Formats: sequence, C-alpha cells, structure tokens
Amino acid sequence: MSLMNNLSTSMISSSSSTFLAPTSFNSRTQSVSVPLKNINIVKCVATPQEQQNAYKTKVSRNANIAKLQAGYLFPEVARRRAAHLLKYPNAQVISLGIGDTTEPIPDVITSAMSKRSHALSTLEGYSGYGAEQGEKALRAALASTFYRNLGIEDDDIFVSDGAKCDISRLQVVFGSSVTMAVQDPSYPAYVDSSVIMGQTGQFQKDVEKYGNIEYMRCTPENGFFPDLSKVARTDIIFFCSPNNPTGAAATREQLTQLVKFAKDNGSIIVYDSAYAMYMSDDNPRSIFEIPGAKEVAIETSSFSKYAGFTGVRLGWTVVPKQLLFSDGFPVAKDFNRIICTCFNGASNIAQAGGLACLSPEGLEAMQEVIGFYKENTKIIVETFNSLGFKVYGGKNAPYVWVHFPGRNSWDVFSEILEKTHIVTTPGSGFGPGGEGFIRVSAFGHRENVLEACRRFKQLYN
Amino acid sequence: MYYSQFLSRVCMPHAVLLQPKESWNSSKSNDEIIVGHCTKVPRNSNLEKLRSGYLFPEISRHESEHLQKNPDASLIRLGIGDTTQPIPDTITLAMAEQVRGLSTIQGYRGYGAEQGNMALRKAIAGKFYQDMGIKANEIFVSDGAQCDISRLQMLLGSNVTVAVQDPSFPAYIDSSVVVGQAGELEEETGKYGNIIYMNCGPENDFFPDLSTIPRTDIIFLCSPNNPTGHAASWQQLKQLVEFAEANGSIIVHDSAYAAYIRDGSPRSIFAIPGAKEVAIEISSFSKFAGFTGVRLGWTVVPEELLYSNGFPVIKDFNRIVCTCFNGASNIAQAGGLACLSTDGYHDLCKVIDYYMENAKILVDGFTSLGWKVYGGKNAPYIWVHFPGMSSWNVFAEILKKTNIVTVPGRGFGPAGEEYIRVSAFGQRQNILEAIRRLNSFL
Repeated sequence: MSLMNNLSTSMISSSSSTFLAPTSFNSRTQSVSVPLKNINIVKCVATPQEQQNAYKTKVSRNANIAKLQAGYLFPEVARRRAAHLLKYPNAQVISLGIGDTTEPIPDVITSAMSKRSHALSTLEGYSGYGAEQGEKALRAALASTFYRNLGIEDDDIFVSDGAKCDISRLQVVFGSSVTMAVQDPSYPAYVDSSVIMGQTGQFQKDVEKYGNIEYMRCTPENGFFPDLSKVARTDIIFFCSPNNPTGAAATREQLTQLVKFAKDNGSIIVYDSAYAMYMSDDNPRSIFEIPGAKEVAIETSSFSKYAGFTGVRLGWTVVPKQLLFSDGFPVAKDFNRIICTCFNGASNIAQAGGLACLSPEGLEAMQEVIGFYKENTKIIVETFNSLGFKVYGGKNAPYVWVHFPGRNSWDVFSEILEKTHIVTTPGSGFGPGGEGFIRVSAFGHRENVLEACRRFKQLYN
Repeated sequence: MYYSQFLSRVCMPHAVLLQPKESWNSSKSNDEIIVGHCTKVPRNSNLEKLRSGYLFPEISRHESEHLQKNPDASLIRLGIGDTTQPIPDTITLAMAEQVRGLSTIQGYRGYGAEQGNMALRKAIAGKFYQDMGIKANEIFVSDGAQCDISRLQMLLGSNVTVAVQDPSFPAYIDSSVVVGQAGELEEETGKYGNIIYMNCGPENDFFPDLSTIPRTDIIFLCSPNNPTGHAASWQQLKQLVEFAEANGSIIVHDSAYAAYIRDGSPRSIFAIPGAKEVAIEISSFSKFAGFTGVRLGWTVVPEELLYSNGFPVIKDFNRIVCTCFNGASNIAQAGGLACLSTDGYHDLCKVIDYYMENAKILVDGFTSLGWKVYGGKNAPYIWVHFPGMSSWNVFAEILKKTNIVTVPGRGFGPAGEEYIRVSAFGQRQNILEAIRRLNSFL
C-alpha cells in the first residue's frame, strides 16, 4: 500500500481519485458496477463490521453526485497508468493520454511572473485582493488580442483560473432547472458538472447517457458537426471547437447554423474555444465572429494549451452584455455575482504571465510552442494513416481521433498500454459517441512522440 | 466590483440586432428601455433571491463613489480585510524559483494533482495538524477559502439545511442562497427562511447558545471570527462538537485567522476529540501570508466523516475537486511550501504581529473614545458597538467625515446591526492617522 502511495504521489497528476473500475482490464462490458477500488484515498479500509459501527452523520449524501458513474475521466486514466507502472516498474511509459503540456514556458512569459513575484515583497509592488473579474490590463489585452473588431469589450471578459473551473461556475449561474445539450463525444466536464448541478436524470446504462441531456452525435458521417434538425431544444448548448476529443473544427457555415439554431430556440451556446490557436484551416476562432452570436453565446477559453499554463492556472470567459435571460436580465450580471461570491480572482502572478503572453513577443513565443505540438500531431497522424487507420482531427487541434471499428475503446486503451506502454484516452470516456475511437494527444517531447510512433508501428503492422 | 448599472430591457424576439456600444453605456439613465433578443433561458431563481451585490464589492463601490465626489480625499481603507504588507522574501524567492523552473525542461510542470502537491499537503498536515491525526491525503489545497466554501456547497447540494453565526462572513449565506438551500428572504427580519441564524453577541460571549439552536445538517462556524474577532475556547468548541454529534450534523469550521490567535485558544476544530467524525475545516494563506492576490488555501475532510448512508464525504469532495477545479497554481503552491518552512513561518509571524499591533492601536483608540470594542485580540478585526444606530449610517458618516472606509456590521447579518467592523490591515502610519481623525470626529 505504501508503495502505491509513493508512486501515486510522484507519478500521477490526479493521484487520489477513487474510481469504480473493472478489476480486470478485459472484463468491461457495458458499464461498471464493481466495488470501489481505493487507491491512496482511504488508507485504512474498514472491514464491513467496523463500517457498521463507524459513526455516521445524519446528513444525506447529495443524490446528484451519486448519479456519477465513475471518477472523472482523466484521474482514471492516471490511475491506470500508475497501476501499469506497478506492474512494469521499468517500462518507459509514454503519456499521450491526458492532454498535458510538456514544453517549458517561454522566458518572456516566466520573466514577467518572476518579476511580479519579487514585486510582492516590496511596498510599491505589493498587491492584495485583485478585482474578481481580473486585472484591467489583462482584460483589455484579451479583448484586443482575441476579439478585436468583434464588439467584445474589456468588461465583457472575466479572467479565471481556467476553463474547467469556469464551466462549473457557469453551471452554478444557470442552476438546476435548465436543460443542456452536449456534443457526443465531448470534454467530460460539461456532462459531469451538469450532473452535479442536478440538471440531469439518472445514468441509463443501456445507452450510456444521463437522462435529460441532449447528446448531439458527432461522427465521421456528419463531419463531426451535429445534425441540428435532429436536436431537441435545450436551454444551454455546449460546443467545443476546435473539438476535444475529435479535433474537428466547425466552419463558418456550421457555426452560423448553430447561432441561428440557438437564436430560433432561445438557447444559450457555451462555446469552448480553448484550442482556437491550433486552428490551421480558415475557420472562425471565436463564436463572436458570427453575426448575432453576442445575443446567444458565452465563450470560454484558456491559457493552458497556448502557454503551457496547465499548472499555472489562467483562463477567461466572455459574457456579452447583450446576452439576456428570458426575463431580460443580463446573464453577465449574474455571472459577475457568482464570480464575486464563489471565486476571488485568478492568481496575480498568473495574470502577470498572461499579460506577457499577449505581448507581441509573448504571442510569437506561444505560436512557436503551439507549432511544435502541431508538428507532433502531424507525426502521429501520419503514423496512424500509414498503418491503415481511419484518422480524424489532428489538423486544427492537438488531438488525433483514431477509429477502431467494432472495438471497445477501453479494451483498445488497455491493449495499447499493455503492449506498447503508451497511455492514450479511450473514446468512450467522452461519451457513447466516442466508443470505437481512441484519442491520442500530441503533447510530449519530440523524442517521446517519435518513439511512441515507432511502437505503434510495431504493434499494428 | 466596478460593474455598470444595468438597464431594463424589453424582449422582442424578432427585434433588430443592436449595435452594441452606445446602448450599454453605464452613464445612461435607468429609464431607458432597450429592445433586444432575449433567450428563452429562465434566470436562476436562486440568484434572484440575492438582494444586493456581494458585500465587499459593495464597499468598494461606496469607496469609489466617495472618491468621485471627493477626488482629493486621502482615503484610509480599514474596510475590506485586504492585507497590505509585502510578502517576506523567502516566500517570493521560492515562487520566483518555481517560475524560472517552468522555463526549463527539468523544472517544467503541467497539470498538478487537483488535490494539491503532496509535499505541500504533508507540510500543512505537519504544521497545523500535528498530533491531531489529520493526514496529508485528507488535505485538499485550493485557490482560497471563498472558492472552497462554494465547492463545499456544490458538494452538499440544495437539500441540506444550514446554520450560520449571525453575524458571519457573507459567503456562507450567499453561497447557500446560490445553491438553493436558503429559502425565501423575509423582508422584515432580513433573514432567509431556511437558514438558522445563531446569534453571537456580547451577551453570549459571541458564541451561539446551542441550547436554543434547532438541528441543521450543516453548521458554519468561523473562529477566530470574522467579523467579531472572537476566538472560541476549547470548551465552546467541545460543546459544538458534542452538539454536532448529538444531531448528526457536519460542522464547517473556518480557521482562516487561526494564525492570529494569541491566547492559546484552539487553532483547529480537530484539536477537539471526536471532531474528525463531524467536521470539515477550511483555511487560507490569505491572511496568514498576505496571499490575498496569490490565491492559496486548503480544506480538510477527514476520512472518518460519513454521510448518513455511510459514504465517505471525502470521496465526493475529491470528485468535486477533480471535476469543478483543476488545482491551485503551482507557483502559489511553491510559495505555500516556503511559508511553512522554519524561516518562512518565522517571517510571517512578524507580519502578523505587525497587524496585531495595528489592532491593539485601534482597540485602544476606540476604547479611549468611550466605545465598546470587541475583538482585536485574536483576529485582525475590531468590532465596535454603536448602540441604537444603523450600521450603514455610521459607515457613511465615518466615510464622509473622516475618509475612513470600514464595513457596516449589517453586511454580516441582521445581528451585525449597530456594529462596525474595522480591519487592522494597513500601514502603521495610516492606522495612527485613522485614530487621529476618529478622535476629532467621534
């Protein structure tokens, strides 16, 4: 047990999550219904006898959280990786699973953060609480860098500690009585946060979907853009482009359709543009490039994948003044209230870094790192193509979506891990529409990506 | 904080798309009706129940308005509890080093564990929970207590009942309203129907008379207290733990000001035997280390804490942390670790001493003017009684006549009426100047 603890503390990014998981890798059928496996969370597992005698409060467990079928996806991938390392302590594991950036942050950005850190030790440079919405200069820089000529103003922008946190805060704003639609497959935080907020029904094992969520299937057949004529009206529509996990980037025509759909239905789009800077094709990088979007959309984005800020923690959300609830009340006002009550601003040091990111030198430096990861993506795409796989994505996002027709994605994940010591992410982790696919992320040192591709070739030749 | 006024709007589904700029300018009057597209998404009725902005941005707003009218005023800010003294070098050096490391292959770090760096979790356990049986894996590092309070509320959900001290830090009540626990606001009392308000005043030594308190699922208790400054004694906390045990309740103990305790009162709820089965503790580096802008805190959820069905609360909290959060900044965490080193901690104690010296000056100052003063001994807040007066009026008078910003007690709950909270953060010369001004005015 202690070895497990040591391992998990040093190795995994999400070490202490419990997860309802199959006890053996090849027994996964539809869904999971096995006893909890405790890894590093509860060291002293009480015996049934002790558990019966253990003091219990009279506070009921939140039934919404009980609806969640398993741990969050990425801690589970991390757990599997850790278990694999236990089994093969000398394995050179290559992680192309969790989309974690690997390349150092350019100097121009870290020197600004260094400077800010030192300044906090001086009278002139010390700052305490910042504006919960973010430092003015950073908000202005975000507006002019990403939303120039789109009519988005500085004070429409709310700086945060990341898109994942913003997604949950948006859910808190919306409350439990709204209905929501997601792409299928999609980044798991949209669905999971919806479940926690109480917007959904129970998980339906037969279809692997939560009741009350509208899943908008995205497949190769529909170009990974949902057939909106088949989508029921919901209050909120989560849409991510360039897409995690499929890598698909919506075209101007598609987004125009989406905005019209939202307008006609009186819905709000939550547009996740965290990968916009990875766009190679000439597609919109912001939903606000579409006329009318300001009345129907919120956009959330992040410095994580642009600046390697996955650990530094910085993102932003745009809530236009024109976005109104059905009674005319501005959504931004409620979002602001949530920011002021449930949050206390992003770290001032991270914000100093963010500002440096948006300087001309910083932007250039970020483009270089993004270019590096895009080159990785290209190498991975070429590898799988050459092996005869149907490969999607990889052009406008740092993710490659590989089709394994007829196969269970957790099985493929396990097989790849077992046989090549490469961690990927099983498509079904992103929703039932991900079944039969594997997501390979392109973050990694070049030599690891090349080595991984060599191993893929060995396995699948 | 500086959010513009919003105008009423008429929703006409097929209205012409407006050009944004002029219409939303904050200088326009309130009477203007704007024509625009309304979505069909209903506003969250919980948010409608909040009657005003969050307390501290409101204070800022009053401050700004005052400055607009009196641009030459030399404002002394004893309102929002914002730290003012620079962070000791040992700590910022550690953060700068972490930052520099991020530009190197060996030092680069991506996603960290959502629960926090294990080294920091161990250091927190070792420093604050020595001999209390709290383990590193029961500690969740965060970007601050205010954020943790809301994450705890998301964890607990809308169906639990809640008790708070009256007065109390507004985030407990506001987050409770937001999550849907609080019921309707009763205009006459200013209280939310489903929340139990535990009166804390001089008559009960600022600790609730638990014999008068009905059972709730959750009990928020802050000690040392914001705003009253009272640090609960061992006896009082023992009572509270027994009360929670008897009722099957969960205590959320806010120990953000524990480092300010001078009189040996318990610094953690877990100093009380049995607390691990009934309590969660939240805390913060904000007031302890001047990290109000850096953002770092932690929450302790003991493994022994179980829901009524036996399910460990820690498992669900972990799920929330992994789903709704992505870890505190690794730079802030590096700073946190340095705060808990021998040198770092020693330097921070000096800063705390500085603030507590401010507090003493304020206590003495108000006392010598004949006012009944509470707090200021184990917390950086002075709680001054202005019998028979409206606290917002006193706040306004003080601001107008002396250019000193305080916080009206009513902002912390109905029982805060007649009180003013004065915070002891600030440059020494400002504190002294404040006392001088108050002498002339009061």
